Parts: sequence; structure tokens; C-alpha cells
Amino acid sequence: MRLRGWMIALLALFGMARRRRPQRQPRERIVAAGQPDPRAELIAIGLLLLAAAAAVAFVVFYALGFSTQALGGTLAGALALIAAALILAAKRLVVSEQLPGEYPEPEPEQQEALAQIVEESGSRLTRKRLLGLAAGAAGGSLGAALVAPAASLGPLFDTSSLYTTPWRRGRRLIDEAGRPMLAADIETDVFYSAFPEGASKDALGAPLVLVRLDPAALRLPAGREDWAPGGILAFSKICTHAGCAIALYRTPTFAPTQPAPALVCPCHYSTFDPARGAAVTFGPAGRPLPQLPLMVDGAGALRAAGNYSGAVGPGWSGVRSEPPA
Amino acid sequence: MSAAIRCLVIAVAALALAPAGARAQPPIVRPPESGALPAQQLGRELFAGNCATCHGSRGDGVASRGPALRGVGRRAPDFYLRTGYMPLGDPHDQPERSRLQFREREIRALIDYVDSLGGGPSVPEPHPERGSVADGLQLFTEHCAGCHQVVAEGGVVTGARVPPLDQATPVQIAEAVRLGPYVMPRFSERAISDPELDSIVAYVRYAQDPDDRGGWGISHLGPFPEGMVTWLIAGTLLVATCVLIGERLRRS
Amino acid sequence: MIRGRDPLREPVRFIDERTGAAPLLVKALRYLFPDHWSFLLGEVALYAFVVLVATGIYLALFFEPSLADTVYTGPYAPLQGVPMSEAYRSAVDLSLSVDAGLLMRQTHHWAADVFVAAVVLHLLRIFFTGAYRRPRELTYLIGLAMLFTALLEGYLGYSLVDDLLSGMGLAIGYSVALSLPLIGGNLGLLIWGAPFPGDPQFESRMYITHVLLLPALIGVLLAAHLTLVAARHHTQFPREPEQTNRRLIGVPTFPGQTPRSLGLMAAVAALLFGLGGLVQINPIWLWGPYETGLGTNGAQPDWYLGWLIGGLRLMPGFDVTIGDYTLIPNPFWGGVLFPLVVLVVLVAFPWIERRLTGDRGVHNVLDRPRDAPRRTAFGLGFLTWVGMIFVAGSADRATVFFGLDYEAQIKVYRVAVWVLPALVFLVARRICRELQRAEEIERAREAAEAEARLASR
Repeated sequence: MRLRGWMIALLALFGMARRRRPQRQPRERIVAAGQPDPRAELIAIGLLLLAAAAAVAFVVFYALGFSTQALGGTLAGALALIAAALILAAKRLVVSEQLPGEYPEPEPEQQEALAQIVEESGSRLTRKRLLGLAAGAAGGSLGAALVAPAASLGPLFDTSSLYTTPWRRGRRLIDEAGRPMLAADIETDVFYSAFPEGASKDALGAPLVLVRLDPAALRLPAGREDWAPGGILAFSKICTHAGCAIALYRTPTFAPTQPAPALVCPCHYSTFDPARGAAVTFGPAGRPLPQLPLMVDGAGALRAAGNYSGAVGPGWSGVRSEPPA
Repeated sequence: MSAAIRCLVIAVAALALAPAGARAQPPIVRPPESGALPAQQLGRELFAGNCATCHGSRGDGVASRGPALRGVGRRAPDFYLRTGYMPLGDPHDQPERSRLQFREREIRALIDYVDSLGGGPSVPEPHPERGSVADGLQLFTEHCAGCHQVVAEGGVVTGARVPPLDQATPVQIAEAVRLGPYVMPRFSERAISDPELDSIVAYVRYAQDPDDRGGWGISHLGPFPEGMVTWLIAGTLLVATCVLIGERLRRS
Repeated sequence: MIRGRDPLREPVRFIDERTGAAPLLVKALRYLFPDHWSFLLGEVALYAFVVLVATGIYLALFFEPSLADTVYTGPYAPLQGVPMSEAYRSAVDLSLSVDAGLLMRQTHHWAADVFVAAVVLHLLRIFFTGAYRRPRELTYLIGLAMLFTALLEGYLGYSLVDDLLSGMGLAIGYSVALSLPLIGGNLGLLIWGAPFPGDPQFESRMYITHVLLLPALIGVLLAAHLTLVAARHHTQFPREPEQTNRRLIGVPTFPGQTPRSLGLMAAVAALLFGLGGLVQINPIWLWGPYETGLGTNGAQPDWYLGWLIGGLRLMPGFDVTIGDYTLIPNPFWGGVLFPLVVLVVLVAFPWIERRLTGDRGVHNVLDRPRDAPRRTAFGLGFLTWVGMIFVAGSADRATVFFGLDYEAQIKVYRVAVWVLPALVFLVARRICRELQRAEEIERAREAAEAEARLASR
């Protein structure tokens, strides 16, 4: 009997069965009464049915492999139609009551009671402060202990890896495709990317940007006189500001009327002058691009003659303190 | 709130209509009855009237105004004239793609004339159909995207605007790569081989109409136009929906 | 047939007997919400968050959070044979080879952009109406915590994909971490596990943070935020004379607010799925995979981090050094100090205002912006400051569209970002005061006319 009653109650809930309502006592209304709006009801029903159609269309389009636009359009359409039906219901089908209410008042007696409970519970304690300090020490230390294993995430205390680069004296330069770069192939008015042979391309210290300038135009910092054989300059391709690749090279076709040569970073437009050892001429970079000394081997291939002039990549506290390793 | 939205719409419309740094093009100087002149004479006279001021009467260049054109062959004039980069009103301006003022016959005459000044490289013949778009994407990203943006929408380098490549023909792409116009690097066959250039041209052609199956491509620039859609379209619609659903402040 | 069983009352009785929920539900269903359209902005953010979680779950079922090398062998020709990470490959496959995958990915990304925009609009409403005042300071602080968490959450989300644009963004994030004085190098190494591009596990760290830790945090903060809003009741505009600090007039949850809120949820979802299907966002297959040696012009972070790129681009090029020791690398100013100042000003504002105005009272009634000229003027000035730095971050677009020289723009902005906010402050304060004065005059005039009419009878 109960089971049948439940099933019929469920069916009635979904409006599929008609029943006689049992007699009830008339009571004072909680929710205000409102006028019916049959037209709005019909429109709402229409909207909901259209929404159903759109949702079905979505499933069909999905099954048939239609475009993202078809899928998005039908799903958005179904949701929008449901939204319209609900907003219509809000405005026309449910009564809009503007009722008075009260903001909650503070209850000082309860606040006092709370304070009292805590206070009175400590009636057996004679060394409250000492206990408190000990509890704080225990809790704090435990907290620190639980956090401590986070140090395994990385070399927290050892920043020496920030100085490491894959370049060594004698390491050959290779291009994107892995071919050795010959000094004779490096022309002016163009830029090249180079990588260390036999090492990963991914490290910040790996990629180089190469340009060739007229040796007479070079104004390199002191000590770098033989770093640029034939005017070929190699700099770290990683911007010293925020680590993006220096992927722009500005080189004039006609120097008198056009901007001077410059290596530029696409992220924040730090601009570096290759003739002066990639000194910063504009933009937020705080250091010049580190330069890699080059030499030409017996076969005419370019090799590193040492490590960079300074640490590569964006700066940190020790970026100027030690040479790269 | 609606007043603010109105202001925003007007501002956006004004921005959209503003000309993008229009550069004044110099008027073309034509010899009288240019249509009747033989090609060689036409070329010489057009050069004298439109180019010599900066490039010298015999193409030897003028120190503070323009480079020499002896030995540039057909490649350079074909590129600069067919894109409208030249003629350039002020030698300190950046040459940019402009409406062509020279007619086809005049362009050919000028190219022949400049070529006659000392010979030089011919117009390249790229074969994008032999190239691979996949290789082109990698090569373009490596050599070009820093300035031209990875989908060739153009951009900025300090001191110059970098043009989008949406109107570049295969020949113009090849010419630009080999010439390095204005401040662009000049990639010879040793830096970018002819087969690599074919792939780059194939990729640029693809980038002119790439796979936009996600919908409206909003110029393939990424977060900048996406942010504009968020605020101007989504933000407006959502605020409008809230105004529709909720009450408004009525003076009591 | 059945007699005496009511289809509504039976289940109600069933549930209440087992949960005791009826008294609470009666209270909840008739809970009153003061009504104004601008009060719905927070809900818009909530529904965008719901869409984020739903679509995010779908994406998480397909995404491969691994930087292991692989080669693309799918149907998209321009990436054929291109080496990439598994993360990037799985995102490309989801976009191009999984039915409805691109819809879900794009909807998720649009939802993130719209979520933060809605939160900002909501914050503006809270600020300019003074809703953060006592007793709602805690609600306000929780909201700020959610906003700043959302910024990080979005950043991690689009950085997971390992495409060219987001990879460049991660390098910048690394440089900002490194720029912290004294501890930056250590902190950067701790988070990334190794110098950039970091340990391959960094991808897993981003993934678990984005998929579990931060959503859980936002969820908890959201629950606390909503509970507090309900516990203190929503603020109201004083439309009727009965609306005071003690008494409110509002619409009950049921039946009044419910269809509106549900309708708003459906509308927000409709907008997001509509954008997700019709407007392309973050087409990662066009960007290609990230490598440390590659870059593209025009790379920007998602809009809600645009203010930071402005800060980074505006700084003149200097590091603060003491001999060989680099105390403050350049990215610190735009990447750390700037957002920190904004956060501190926002957090401290309720107490700053209390100190400056001496107003320590409880406020359940909202101000119209004009009713608090100094607050409104300060808010607009501060917004102008942040907004101008944001706009400066897109100066390259102005170069492209209008031909304005980039370097010249930066130099102008460096001055304008300080001058313009001060001007806006002065002008806004003046306008508020003028509006107030005009209303006063109007009221005085009406009172005089009413008196005159009475006298003439």
C-alpha cells in the first residue's frame, strides 16, 4: 500500500496523474496572492518547448560531428530560452513581494556569555601564560615541521644552479637544425639563433642570438677585444629583464635615415645595442645581454671561447655577484 | 551606467574608424603624354621625376636621403613599387604598403630602368606548393614571428611598425625575405635556403586564412582582442541582463 | 484511488522527519533580499564560477599534465611531425580531434575572463556604495582574497597548455618571483624545482594547484562569503522612508528571487557557451608549442593580468644594486610592488576611511556614489591609476592602429599615470559635490513651494 502510494505521489508531482485534493483547513496566506497571467504562461511554455528542441538539436549535432559553432549555438540557445522563460516567470508568473524585515541586532548578552564560557573554563589553571607560551611553541614548531618538507620542492638554499650554463670553452655552435655554424656563413644585416652542441636547447643559458657587424663599428666593453672574430657577436638570447627570447633584430637598409641596429625583446621592448656589447638603450632591462666570446676553429666553425660575460636570464639577488659556471 | 556604456561605444567606434597612421603619399610626377612614350624613355623620365630626389639622378644615392640603386636589379624595384612602399614622401618616414599610384606599364618601365643601372638579382620565383606548412610554421616562428607575430598579424619593434602579411603575395614574401626592407633583416640563400623559403611562403599563405574552427578569429592576436570581447560584449550583455532582471533606483 | 495523501506534503514530512530541515527551510525560503540590479553582479560571478568548475571537470578528463616530449601525429597539417610536450599535444587533440572538446575549452576560457570581469564589476559596486563598511568588512576581505586567488588560478590555467604565448608568460612569472629582494632566487628555485624552464614536475605542480588546491580555496572562501552575506543580510539603497539601518525591504527567496536567480544563471551560462561556440579564444594550434628560445610579437597575458604587463613595460631600465649585490631587480616594481600596493590599499580602505571620516557606525544602508564625494573621487582616481598602467601595457596596439611612436608613448605614460588620477580625483569630487548641491536646492525649492501652497489655502 505504501509503495503504491509513493509511486502515485511521485507521478502526481510530475503532473502526470490527476487526484482529488484532500480537504484542508483554510489558513492565513504566507505568500501574497497574485493575478494569473495565462498569456505569459503560454509564452513561458512555448519558450521551454523551444529550449527543449534546441537541447535536442545540440545532442543531434554532437552525434553528427557538427562544428563548434553549431554546438555552441544550440546549447547557448537552449540556455537562453530557459533564461527567458525564467525571467518571464519572475516578472509575470510569480508574485513579486516587497516585504519588510529587520537587520540583525548585536546580542551583547550572548557575546558576554561566550566570553564568560571561555574565561570560566580556565578556572583550574594557575599558570595560564606559561601554558599559553608552551602551547604556542608546540603549535608553532609543529606547524613549521609540517611545512618543512616543502623544501624538497627545489634547491631552496643552494642557488648555484642559477649560474650554470651549458657553454664551455671549445663547445661548438649549432643552428636550429643541429648543423655546425661556420663563420663564413654569418652575414651582416641578419640575425641567427645558435645552441650548444651536445647539450639541451631548453636551458635559459643555451640559446644565443648571433649578428655580424662591421668590426670598425664595434664599441665593446674593455676586455672583449677578441670576443667577436670578424665582427661576429654572440649574446644570450634570453632577455635580462623577464626571460623572453630576444626574437627581434632591427637593422637599417639605409643608415642615415633609419634607426640604428638593435636587438629587441617582444615582451616589454627592452632594446639592446649589439655594437656596444648589447647595452640597454630603451626599456626596463637592468643589465646588458651577457656576451659569449667566440672563436673560429680550424674547420671555420664557430666555437665558444669561454662562458658568458655574466649570468644569463632575469635578475635575482646574486646575478652580478658571480660569473656563470 | 547607461551613459558610461554610451561613452564606451562612441570611443570604440571612434577608435575603429581612426585611420591607422595614414602617411601622406607624394603626388606622382608624370612626363607630358606619358602614354605615348617608349618604355625606356618613360622609365627614365619617371625615375627623374619621382625617385631622383633621394636616389640620385643616375641611381647613385643621395647621402642623407636615399641609398644607391645601382646593382639592385629587378628584385628591389619590383617589391618596393608593387607594394606601394615607394615613392616615399619623406625619407625619414617608414615605407608602408600603400595604394598604387603608378600604372602597370609605368611600374614595368621603372623596373627595367633601375635594372639597367647595373644589373642585379631578378624577381624570385617561390614555389609554396613544394613547401610544407608544418616546416613553415617552425621556420616562421624562428626567424619572423618575433616581429611579424606568429600568425603574421604584424606588430611593433622599437622605432618601427611591423606590417601584417595579410596582403602579401608569394613573390612579395620571397622578395621581402631576400631584401630585408626598411629595418627588416635580410635573409640570403645561406640563412634561409630556397626550399625553406618555399615552406615559409606556404605558411604565410596559410596564416592569411588560418584554421578558425573556434569561431570568429578576432584577428588572431590572443588576449588583447579577447579582453575587448570580454568587456565590450560579455560585460555589456551581462549588465544589460542584470538591469532587465533587477530593479532600478527610483527616487522616492 | 488514494485518499488523504498530499503530493507536496508527504515528501516534505518525509524529509523533515529525517533531517529537521523544515524550520531552516521556511526561514531560508522567506529570507529577504533588498532589490537592485547592481546587486546581481556578484551572482553573475558565482554562476561563471559554476560554469568554470563544470567545464573544467570535462577538460581535466582529457588533459595530460606532462612535459614529456612527443611528436604530433594528428590530423592538423601545420603541426604534423612537430615535436611538442604531451600537455600541448593533449590540448591540441582536445581542441581539434575531440567532439565538443573545443566548445568546452573555449567556454572554460571565456568563463575565466568573464568571471574576473564580473568580480571586478561587483567590487566596484561594493566600493562605490560603501558596502564594505561595518559590519561587512570580513565579507569584503574574503571577496578580495577570492579575486586575487582567481588571478593566480587563471594564470595557472592557461599556462598549463605549454603553448608559445603562455610559455613566454611563465618566463615572466619566473622573473617576477626572482625579483623579490633577498629571497627571490631561492623562491624561484623552490617553486620551479630548477632554473627556468624548471623541473618537469613543475607542470604537475601547476596542474594540481589549478585543478584542486585553488578551486577548493575559492570554494571555501565562497561558502564563507555567502554565509556572511546571509548572516548580516544584504545591504539596501534607501528607496522608501521605511528603509533604515534597522529595517529593510526586500524580495523573499521563494517565490520571488528564485526564478530571477535561476534565470540569471541560465543567461550567464548561455552567454558563456555562446561565446565558447562562436568566438574563438586562445587558438593554441595557431601559436605552436613553447621553447625557451622562441618568441612572438604581440604576446599578452589574459586581460586580468594586463595591469601587470603595463607596470613591467613602464619602468625605466635599472636594477637597484649595492656593489655586486642586486637588491631589487627591475621586474619587482611592476610585478610585485604594484599589485601589492593595490591589494593593500583595497584591504585597508575600510579602516582608512573610518580613520579619515571618524565614522565607525554600522551601515546597512548604501550610499549613492555622489553621497560620498571623497570616497568616489578616490576610487575613481585609484581606478584611473590602475587603468592607465593597464592601458600603457597595450601601447604597442596604439602604435599599430594609430602610428603613435612606441617609445614616445611610454615616456608620456610615465608622467600621465601620476597626473591623470590626481585630475580625476579633483574633477570627480567636484562633480559629486555639485550633484549633491543641486539635489539640496531642488529639495529646498520643493519644500518652499509646498509651504507656499499651504499658506495660500
